[in-house]
Amino acid sequence: MSKIAAYELAKKQKEISVAEFFERNKHILGFGNPTRALITSVKEGVDNSLDACEEVGILPDINVEIRNHEDGECKIIVEDNGPGIIKQQIPHIFGRLLYGSRFHAIRQSRGQQGIGISAVVLYGQLTTGKHTRIISKIKEDRPAVVMELAIDTNKNRPEILNEDIIHWDKPTGTRIEVNIVADYTRGRRFVYDYLQSTSIVNPHAQIVFREPDGTKHVFERTTDILPRKSVEIKPHPHGIELGTLIKMAKHTNSRKLSAFLKKEFSSMGERTTNAVCETAQLDKNLDPKKMTREQFLALHQAFKKVKIMAPSTDCLSPIGETLIKRSLKHETKDISPEFIVTATRPPSVYSGNPFQVEVGVVYGGSLPKDKPVKLLRFANRVPLLYQQGDCVSTSAISDIDWRRYGLEQPNGKGIPIGPAIFLTHVSSTLIPFTSESKEAIADIPEIENEIKLAFRECARKMQSHIHKKVRRAKTREKFELITKILPEIAKKSAGMLNKPIPILDNIITKIMDVVWIEDLIEYEKIINPEKHHPTQTTLPSADTHPIDREREPGYITKSTIMIVNYKRKPQRFNLYAVIPEDAVVGTVTPKPVKITKNYIKWRLDTIPPANKVDVYFELAGLNKGDFDENDLYVENINPAYVIGADKWEGE
Amino acid sequence: MMRDYTHVIEKLDGIAAKIYNDLINNEIPFIRLPTRAKSNIRFDEKLNVWKYGKNTAERSAKSLDGANMLLRTMYMIEFIKSMIKTNKSSTLREMYYISEGWNLAKFNSQQESDLLAEDLEVITRCMREDFKLRPEEDGARIIGDITIEEVTRNGTKKKIHCQDDVGDAGYSIPYNVEPEKISFKNVNADFILAIETGGMFDRLAENNFDETHNAILIHLKGQPARSTRRFIKRLNEEKNLPVLVFTDCDPWSYRIFASIAYGAIKTAHISEYLATPASQFLGVTPSDIENYKLPTDKLTKEDIKALKSELADPRFQDPFWKHEIKLQLNLGKKSEQQALAKYGLDYVTDTYLPEKLAEVGIYKK
Repeated sequence: MSKIAAYELAKKQKEISVAEFFERNKHILGFGNPTRALITSVKEGVDNSLDACEEVGILPDINVEIRNHEDGECKIIVEDNGPGIIKQQIPHIFGRLLYGSRFHAIRQSRGQQGIGISAVVLYGQLTTGKHTRIISKIKEDRPAVVMELAIDTNKNRPEILNEDIIHWDKPTGTRIEVNIVADYTRGRRFVYDYLQSTSIVNPHAQIVFREPDGTKHVFERTTDILPRKSVEIKPHPHGIELGTLIKMAKHTNSRKLSAFLKKEFSSMGERTTNAVCETAQLDKNLDPKKMTREQFLALHQAFKKVKIMAPSTDCLSPIGETLIKRSLKHETKDISPEFIVTATRPPSVYSGNPFQVEVGVVYGGSLPKDKPVKLLRFANRVPLLYQQGDCVSTSAISDIDWRRYGLEQPNGKGIPIGPAIFLTHVSSTLIPFTSESKEAIADIPEIENEIKLAFRECARKMQSHIHKKVRRAKTREKFELITKILPEIAKKSAGMLNKPIPILDNIITKIMDVVWIEDLIEYEKIINPEKHHPTQTTLPSADTHPIDREREPGYITKSTIMIVNYKRKPQRFNLYAVIPEDAVVGTVTPKPVKITKNYIKWRLDTIPPANKVDVYFELAGLNKGDFDENDLYVENINPAYVIGADKWEGE
Repeated sequence: MMRDYTHVIEKLDGIAAKIYNDLINNEIPFIRLPTRAKSNIRFDEKLNVWKYGKNTAERSAKSLDGANMLLRTMYMIEFIKSMIKTNKSSTLREMYYISEGWNLAKFNSQQESDLLAEDLEVITRCMREDFKLRPEEDGARIIGDITIEEVTRNGTKKKIHCQDDVGDAGYSIPYNVEPEKISFKNVNADFILAIETGGMFDRLAENNFDETHNAILIHLKGQPARSTRRFIKRLNEEKNLPVLVFTDCDPWSYRIFASIAYGAIKTAHISEYLATPASQFLGVTPSDIENYKLPTDKLTKEDIKALKSELADPRFQDPFWKHEIKLQLNLGKKSEQQALAKYGLDYVTDTYLPEKLAEVGIYKK
């Protein structure tokens, strides 16, 4: 026994370098193969840029460029018009793993771990031996900083290899140029898909993509309104882990347990705090810094036993139905879909984490009828491109029987087949990903249920769309019959017999036997000479919303509804036109009896047989095409008599 | 010669008047006519043929399709009246092309315009000849010891002997076979053999079957045209010649026989004018497949469907057809006339036909 074994072992024990850590974990970090590495690199760059711009309320203008595609090496350039990064921080953000501002905050954001962009720098360094170049400018009248960076892989510290100042045309912004080994030929399509998808859920961003061969793709901005800024919230007791709880207690400024609970957690009022302490059998005057592990355990368990109000959900920043619809419309215009429907669920909570589900369905057009529906998945406005099969959205969609909604689905299970695209967007302060590569959302029952409810709502809209289309087509046929065919029959028969042409009004009402409602939507562009500034809606948004909107230049949506009574008796009923919540109502004729944020209601005068009434309204604050179809309802009339509107079921 | 069309015009104006009166009386205009389907044919005991039954269908302006049909009917009536007035006639195909100019009333296919012309026959109880409409061409041919007198284009009568005055292709049956156009002189034959395929017709002609067996050979050219059926009927009735039908052994051929013997579903309104109830099916029968060990093909899905449909067809409800159709379904096979060549080119004329003719009691010599 000349040697002590532990000393021998200690010689081998050392801090593993980040390079080693990366090498071992590159598959879970999204660098598993050269194709993935390409997309992950672009994605990290773009996510950072979007976050940075939104943080300060700038409409993102992002340029992505890929160059020098040879020998499996690519140069990736991502440039934004964000606020820039101060010189001292550049090395830390790009040259150090696990460094970031968002790691501790509980709020909806794209990146979470702080591995992101520095991992790209490291991957580039490891695979090509080349350094990363950063340009950043933080103020219009100052020069930009250029920095060449490497990562000291032993110490996980940045190394600055070169630093200079240059003139840069941009007022502010950041540009990263990194060389990596990547498979561009295979990855190209994914990069394109990723950027297109990103553009769909970030309609406020303009993204330009330049390929090595010079091809330029522009994903246009479709709204000038920045997403509502997400708000940082305190952790909810239901979502906290024991270790985190202990750590929070060690660092708190509160001297008493009750104050600690009330100040540092959400949903903890006086009563709940008392109930928790009682259940845990802890004195509420305990000093949280001096609590034992057992006491923490009791507290942690009490969190689960006591009824605690759900956390506030206004910290989330959903995209909104109008914008999802507009984006989908913009990105699918080549397909010319038959219709696009969307649904937004109210915010909900899983394990103390607020989340919200939004979905959209694009149907018809030139989409293939014999292929599975295309799924677009997003988490906090970031497209999820891989591991579709493991994602909760996929299982939720697969669980719905789509066969009654006009899609094929063997046994009523699985991804349906048909001409459709399904979009799912989950926003949350903490997206429960299945793994670190953040490609699939875990199977959380609350989330699955919300996704199902949202898609069912869309499915019902789809069904009513299809149903309406069939009914309208039939009526259109009848309309052709009475306006063209019948008069011809009358003319011909009269001509052959040398008799006067008969009057057809009575027969027309007999043939039609409906109240016929047809609508027309037009858009008028408003020319606003004033240069506008992007508006960022802040909480609470409800009141300020319309006022912000009205300053927007854009279009007035003009909706004309024509109602013809083809019944044999006079008709009198109420008409409802559903309007988008974010629209502002302008001129309305005839005078409505009620306007709410969701609908306009008219009590129409009696319409005699074969007579016509026109109803007209204007909407402001919407883009061209946002409101492209009237959703009409009737009341106080048998809905079976009416073509073009459904039964009003109440609000 | 000039025909009197007053009656036809009256009938056609009657349809226009019906529509007009409906309109004047604030009724949705409609026309009623027999359902022209398999489900609505009944055997007429008096006429010995199959005619439309009592089921009727309504063409009403309530629906777009119905209204379109009424408008097309109006246009077609107007067109027919104008042809009568100007003493012109047209083929069905020509009328189809003329309908291109009927705006809303134009047809999507010639089949539609042909069907409507038939509908007009059904409604007015006139024949399409009354409407100055004729089919495209018939080309059905005949060889045998018979002299036909035909009124030619320039109005002269010409006698044609269907062996001596014709080439290998035989005498071509014109679309008009009414007495005003054609009469039968000097018939010296024991029976008429109506043959489905051109190949078999030519085989029998080459083997001089018409001479050796005293037969009149008629080539049906698939589903026989009205004129061919009318020609057979006249020959059968006026010269008292038995009619024997010789076809392939498949469901479609049985329908050829049915249209000759019982009347076709599409033309059931004029069955008594076209059908020859006395005609007999000679073969090839499913029993022949077994008895003569004929080369066969497998029945296709469509064949089987057609056979089953024939089992439900009121015209095929006699023991002979039920037995043969069921046998064929069991065999799962079909055969062709020309499969008889398995035993040599003369087998059909030397062995098969004489045996079959003896079976039906015609064989002489």
